[in-house]
Amino acid sequence: MVRLSLRTAQPIKHRIKVMSQTARNIHHKEPALTRALVTPEGVDLRIQLADMGARFGAFFIDLAIITAVIVGVMFIYSITFGLSSQGDSEIGTVLLTMLWFFLRSFYFIAFEISRHAATPGKRLLKIRVTSRDGGRLTAPAVFSRNAMRELEFFLPLQFLLFGGLTQESGWLYLAGTIWFCVFLFFPLFNRDNLRAGDIVGGTWVIRAPRPILAKDLSDKVLPDNVEFDFTPQQLKAYGIHELHVLEDVIRNNDLATIVAVADRIRAKLAWEKGPNEKSRDFLSAYYSGLRKMLETQMVFGKRRKDKFDV
Amino acid sequence: MSEAGLKSSRFRKEREKSWRQLERIIKKIESGSTRSISDEDMIALPGLYRSALSSLSVARATSLDQSVVQYLESLSTRAYFILYGTRTSLAKRIGGFFVRDWPNAAQALWKETTASFIVIAIFAVISYILVMNNIDWFYSLMPGAMGEMRNPSASTEYLRETLFDGSSDDGLSSFSAFLMSHNSKVAIMAFALGFAFCLPTAYFMAFTGCMLGSFVALFADRGLGIEAAGWLSIHGTTEIFAIILAGAAGFHIGLSIAFPKDKPRLESASSAGRQGAVLMAGVVVMLIVAGLLEGFARQLVKSTSLRFTIGGGMLFLWCVYLYVPRNRLNIGSKS
Repeated sequence: MVRLSLRTAQPIKHRIKVMSQTARNIHHKEPALTRALVTPEGVDLRIQLADMGARFGAFFIDLAIITAVIVGVMFIYSITFGLSSQGDSEIGTVLLTMLWFFLRSFYFIAFEISRHAATPGKRLLKIRVTSRDGGRLTAPAVFSRNAMRELEFFLPLQFLLFGGLTQESGWLYLAGTIWFCVFLFFPLFNRDNLRAGDIVGGTWVIRAPRPILAKDLSDKVLPDNVEFDFTPQQLKAYGIHELHVLEDVIRNNDLATIVAVADRIRAKLAWEKGPNEKSRDFLSAYYSGLRKMLETQMVFGKRRKDKFDV
Repeated sequence: MSEAGLKSSRFRKEREKSWRQLERIIKKIESGSTRSISDEDMIALPGLYRSALSSLSVARATSLDQSVVQYLESLSTRAYFILYGTRTSLAKRIGGFFVRDWPNAAQALWKETTASFIVIAIFAVISYILVMNNIDWFYSLMPGAMGEMRNPSASTEYLRETLFDGSSDDGLSSFSAFLMSHNSKVAIMAFALGFAFCLPTAYFMAFTGCMLGSFVALFADRGLGIEAAGWLSIHGTTEIFAIILAGAAGFHIGLSIAFPKDKPRLESASSAGRQGAVLMAGVVVMLIVAGLLEGFARQLVKSTSLRFTIGGGMLFLWCVYLYVPRNRLNIGSKS
């Protein structure tokens, strides 16, 4: 009996190892916000959903712009027509009501319907609206996602600012606050960060970064007076994940980090540091060597995910 | 280390020029200067896009240079949105909306429109009968803010004055601006709240019906019923029609969520949302028209029969515009 249980213990241990490995792979290969967008040509573009910080940030920038426009118009109005004239105040009220209504309703729609599919706030934070099915972002989709904004934000806001105070009832105030919070935190409780408007409009908000094409690190010319010859054994110490980390380290070009990382790699490889050897050159050389080896492996159909992958 | 040269960096060197060219064209288009793009660039764009996509596939399979893969991913995505994203101009979209989309949406939702009309009508009739029987019902059917001075305690003279004398109302234009933004809000609410299984939308419709019925009943009680109806109809036919349509859009969403038929619930909601949204854009247009009629025509036209004529005429125009079938027109435009 004892023997039997010992034998069964073996696969469990193995399974745990496999599980922890897949967990790690998911962590650094497929970020939680990556979604498939397959073009008609059959290539998956792997779009990234915008994170909540960017979404809220963009919304606050847009709100600030709207407020600035209203304040600006009222300021110009008060300068041209004077502040004190009581009789004109009615035109001012009409102007304010209409302006607030039109800006609130059409600011988001007009900008999101345009080619950029993003309000100024969204463009600033490099995110854009797009259709969830990968198709064209239609005007009705934009309209309905922004009509819901009225319900999600402006109505409860108005209620909390004005309604709650005049209505003496605390219960109403509480209900308004709950309403507000439900919609405010709605995007946090679904996988795709959808707000209610996104659900009705069939849209989502994705990241639209514009990375520049950086220099190829393997092109770096190394000084002649140092020899970097890595044995195959030394090149097998790491996998793709470590290669990408190394790429980030070299590109960030922070001297302290470079020295620290180089020392760790040297220790792992049991590499003797030469007299003229600079840490940066060592890392570049090792990066090129490692990348060459891993890419050759890839051509033969083997992707070594990280150093634990054998 | 570059002496042997990595396969992936040779690949990059060969293709980089076409990537840069694509990036340059995309940048121009994104900055909005579509006209400044030469014909050659426009013709090259689809080819460059496809070659960037194929580069991306190759790079994913053979290159471990993160920056290349990320660059190609974002480049292809940007090109994808330009090629497969919005193609028509804003003016064309607006034109298409008035010629085609809005009437089509109104026709597609005729069942919901009938339902929301029935709800309003039933509640209007009920509250009319209630107020005519016992005037005190007015206070419970009409919340204080909306009726302002027009309530059962006002004199008949005063009530008559509110219908025909625009000049004594000094806050009128601001009140009318307020009403317009208020009505749009009610309409948007009726639409947006539809997703809660139609119930809030039905409430909004019932509420509108109650206000309508009790308002007319208050005046009818003093023998001013016809005049009040005329006062309401000049802008009311447009406005109430708009609110009925908004209710229809809300019902449409609510029904699609409650009974998604053969589609997943989320998908069903968003396709209903899009169709409803087209109608809602039309509703906003109607409410603006109603606001103009209310603000100007009602103050200028004092004769009840003329008011009825204008109101009825508007109703007729809306019905013809929205419900006369366009099949012949569509066939004409296709051929």
